[in-house]
Amino acid sequence: MKPMREMQTPLLYALLAAGLAVSWQGLYWINGGSALASPGQAVLTLGSMMQTSEFWLHALETGKALLYALLIGLVGGLAAGLLLGVNRMARDVSEPILLNMYAIPKVTLYPLVLLVFGLGLSAKVAFGVMHGIIPIMVFTMNAIRQMRPVLLRAGQSMRLTRRQSLLHIVLPAILPEITAGLRLAFSLTLLGVLIGEMFASQRGLGFLLTNAMNLGDIRTIMAVALLLSVFALACNGGLMWLGRRLSPR
Amino acid sequence: MAEASSAHTAASPARRSAHQLDGLVRIAVVIVLIGLVELLCRSGLIQPTTMIAPSAMARHAWEILREGKFDKDIAISLANIGAATVLAVILGFICGLLLHALPGLRSAIEPLLASYYAVPTFIFYPVFIVLFGVGSAPIIAIAVLLAIVTMITATLNGLDRIPRALHKTARVLRLTPWQSAVLVKLPAALPYLFTGVKLVVAYAFIGVIASEFILSGSGIGYAIGYAYNNFENNDMYALMFLVLASVTLVNLLLNALDRRLQARLRR
Amino acid sequence: MKSEHTVLAAEALLQDSPATTPRVPHAVLQGVTRKFGKAGSVFHALGPIDLTLYQGEFFSVVGPSGCGKSTLLDTLSGLASPSDGTVQFENREVKGVPDGVGVVFQEDASFPWLNVRDNISFTLRMRGMEGAEIKRRVDYALAFMGLKDFATAYPAQLSGGMRQRVCIARTLVQQPRLILLDEPFGALDQQTRLLMGDELLRLWRETGATVLLITHALDEAAMLSDRVGVMSSRPGLFIDIVETGWPRDRDSRVVSTPRFGEVNARLWERLRVESLKVMGASHG
Repeated sequence: MKPMREMQTPLLYALLAAGLAVSWQGLYWINGGSALASPGQAVLTLGSMMQTSEFWLHALETGKALLYALLIGLVGGLAAGLLLGVNRMARDVSEPILLNMYAIPKVTLYPLVLLVFGLGLSAKVAFGVMHGIIPIMVFTMNAIRQMRPVLLRAGQSMRLTRRQSLLHIVLPAILPEITAGLRLAFSLTLLGVLIGEMFASQRGLGFLLTNAMNLGDIRTIMAVALLLSVFALACNGGLMWLGRRLSPR
Repeated sequence: MAEASSAHTAASPARRSAHQLDGLVRIAVVIVLIGLVELLCRSGLIQPTTMIAPSAMARHAWEILREGKFDKDIAISLANIGAATVLAVILGFICGLLLHALPGLRSAIEPLLASYYAVPTFIFYPVFIVLFGVGSAPIIAIAVLLAIVTMITATLNGLDRIPRALHKTARVLRLTPWQSAVLVKLPAALPYLFTGVKLVVAYAFIGVIASEFILSGSGIGYAIGYAYNNFENNDMYALMFLVLASVTLVNLLLNALDRRLQARLRR
Repeated sequence: MKSEHTVLAAEALLQDSPATTPRVPHAVLQGVTRKFGKAGSVFHALGPIDLTLYQGEFFSVVGPSGCGKSTLLDTLSGLASPSDGTVQFENREVKGVPDGVGVVFQEDASFPWLNVRDNISFTLRMRGMEGAEIKRRVDYALAFMGLKDFATAYPAQLSGGMRQRVCIARTLVQQPRLILLDEPFGALDQQTRLLMGDELLRLWRETGATVLLITHALDEAAMLSDRVGVMSSRPGLFIDIVETGWPRDRDSRVVSTPRFGEVNARLWERLRVESLKVMGASHG
């Protein structure tokens, strides 16, 4: 079954997309035009939206916040994960704490973030980082645990400094293992930024969604939702491809 | 290498005491961190308009519980979370069973499952609002949508790992599909299913409270947002504290149950 | 228990025996032990060990499994500190891994994300060595270890034996004065092991380094070494050190000499008793 599946993956994705579009259209017909928009209507609305500069301002806003949040979350998460991960006790002590923090509905802390950062870009970035940094840390620490210890001992026998060991042995060794974590962190960071925009911003694609929701403008809602879904899936696919390339061994 | 393995075999009680030590250090770390925050708040380095001290949060949480000020909201949220959990677990399990039994369908849908969490599911919350209006329905819907795929994945994972010998035994005993599912597959896959349940609960919490935050007329999320907008920091933090405390408690309980189930696995 | 040196008559069996090299101590272990755990449940892994490695010699360590051979290597190389006793290398106390020591591990320690050339040059790059010098040394090592055709290959594409050669080459470019090998050929088949043994001898002669080889294979130890130390079961002590008397210019063909059989027999005689102890049988 497996080789057959891999051969047909692009075909499968196309079929899946078609199937979703069909069910969407079906739901629209069942529901009548008031509550839903059809795939066609959503695409049309999206098309006309994308021709306005206003839309792109919002999209850029979201993009900026996402980029900053990803950078901070990635670098911070890797650094923290590396430092905690190479020490067995630090790792075993902190991992359950991190997992618990991960399980907390971060939305609960949003008011705190707003109070600290105010409304605006930094709050959104903070939301994104909040959601994404812990998976990166946990995946990094896990990958270090699964690393072959002989690699570190080899580094020791070469009299490497701690910094050299972390950057030149640990990091390359765990990179393939943490790509799955990177993918997850990307999705979560995007989610965090969007949720932040959905209730605490006057700009961004999340704001467009909430705004349209308040106006009952289902076409805009579905248009933006469609755009975001496609974007998220595309990025996810790209990261998956990157992950496969990084781990041929 | 030889040193590590021989140290291990001869020192298993040492390993156990290492775990205990970890637990103690962990508690100490958490206490120190909370203590630090407490200190920062009390000394005024953190403004009370930004954040109140953890002890004040706890005290106020106790007060609002006693007064019953937000009882209705708490009850509504808990009900929503419970409903979402039950729905997601049952529906997810059934879907998982079906997909496992139909490998063709499974391989068709598998890419969807793998990429599901790439999409920020919350963007569909407005859709549900427009469909169902403001109330419990869209909240439960989005929470189920969020949680169901993790249950399906956990179910598939668990069913995959049932040793073939058990499948064959079920066939030899001529069980009906239903009997086979309930009497053989379910118990055998239980540890993995439970991992799924843990995640479902977590997602249900997140889904419900976040939705109430974004748009709702009731519930803890709504109450927190309302308090925030009205500068009622005490109420806000008290409620946040309650959420954090209950999530931690539920997690501890589920983790303890999970450990017992996993121990059964390793036998 | 102090180790006893056993010198066996060798003249009749050596074709052209060079004078035994003047014995200059290179690394010295005195009263070295290694213990794990805390008071109440102490795990005594090794020692007390007294051992002097002489400059330029090839010394093998054999012993039953679990006797602490790898622990000995860790302590000697500075990867771990002894619980008691002192370790000296070139008349200085060993704290951390000293300059001039190279280690080849039992497991494959080649870096999977680097090709062979980058693997070999790794240490030199970390030390900030100049590019031209790096290239010179790496080219030499590639040629010496027969890896020239594989310079751009990745470890995943190579066999186990080749990967160990990469690890040895990586150590070689550091120009170590003491080379420690922990069962480097353990995972390889017999023919490859014999050939790798010859390579090791070539390396030893070429670099003039002192070599300490840990192996569970008696014939390998007997064939390759100037001296073989037999360790007891845990806690490991040296119960015998056998001098083989081979000329420096040897290769695997010494296995066909009667002397080889004698050395082997002696080693097994000592080792058999210890191995039985490990297996829990009473000896006699």
